Amino acid sequence: METASKPASPSDPLAVNSPEKPTGFSKWKFLLYLPAVLKGLKNTFLHLIKAKGHKTFTIQYPEVKRPVRPGYRGEHRLKKDAEGREKCVACFMCQTVCPALCIRIVAEEAPWSDRDKRPKTFEIDMLRCIYCGMCEEACPCDAIELTEKFNIVSTSRAEKIYDKEKLLSN
Amino acid sequence: MKFAMYFLGEYIAMIVMSAFTVSLFLGGWNPGFALPEGALWTAVSVGVFSVKLLSVLFFYIWVRWTLPRFRYDQLMRLGWKGLVPLALANVVLTGILVTLWDSLTGP
Repeated sequence: METASKPASPSDPLAVNSPEKPTGFSKWKFLLYLPAVLKGLKNTFLHLIKAKGHKTFTIQYPEVKRPVRPGYRGEHRLKKDAEGREKCVACFMCQTVCPALCIRIVAEEAPWSDRDKRPKTFEIDMLRCIYCGMCEEACPCDAIELTEKFNIVSTSRAEKIYDKEKLLSN
Repeated sequence: MKFAMYFLGEYIAMIVMSAFTVSLFLGGWNPGFALPEGALWTAVSVGVFSVKLLSVLFFYIWVRWTLPRFRYDQLMRLGWKGLVPLALANVVLTGILVTLWDSLTGP
């Protein structure tokens, strides 16, 4: 049977499983670790003295946060209209389209004249959600959207099932 | 606390190693010039030894910053096949040069 993995190329003397024995200078090529080490020493020294123009690639995460890119899909929010009512009309489109089956809506009659229904409860199980954004796309009333929040922690599973109030204030 | 003890132990080992290096290879407490024996000499000796030790220790820690984890097989290859032969060559070369120097300049 043919082995799927290619053997290490003979031109790489540093490869441990190199099938051909390296000869000549390439036999001692590992000594070239030393220039690389010197380069690293220079790098850390520049870090130490905080040299100007010396680039740092890390960020101090909790204090400094990387900006979220446009179109990022984070936690959900239920939007409100101009009168402060939820925009959702409990049409069940998002619940139907959700591939993770994490949205659970119970509808009730709306007390307002411009619509028939409103959600009595609107729950999203954030532990199930895969943040695909299809609820946002399916919504005919532009009532649900994905925010840029992504690092919200909870201390229990029950906390991760968001109810209507939580989603409206998110 | 376990981690603290472990790390303290590692740093103690580094300090002791630096002290050995200074004593064996870098002239220990010798400042490189002569002073009459006395309190000043003692103070200078202690100071010189401390400065040397701290320099070696700084280099030690500097390397640790740079190479948090050298892959072990590569380290072994570099050490045994690279640095040990170089050190042996250094011993032989130094011996030859010292002998030559002595025979040229006379005793």
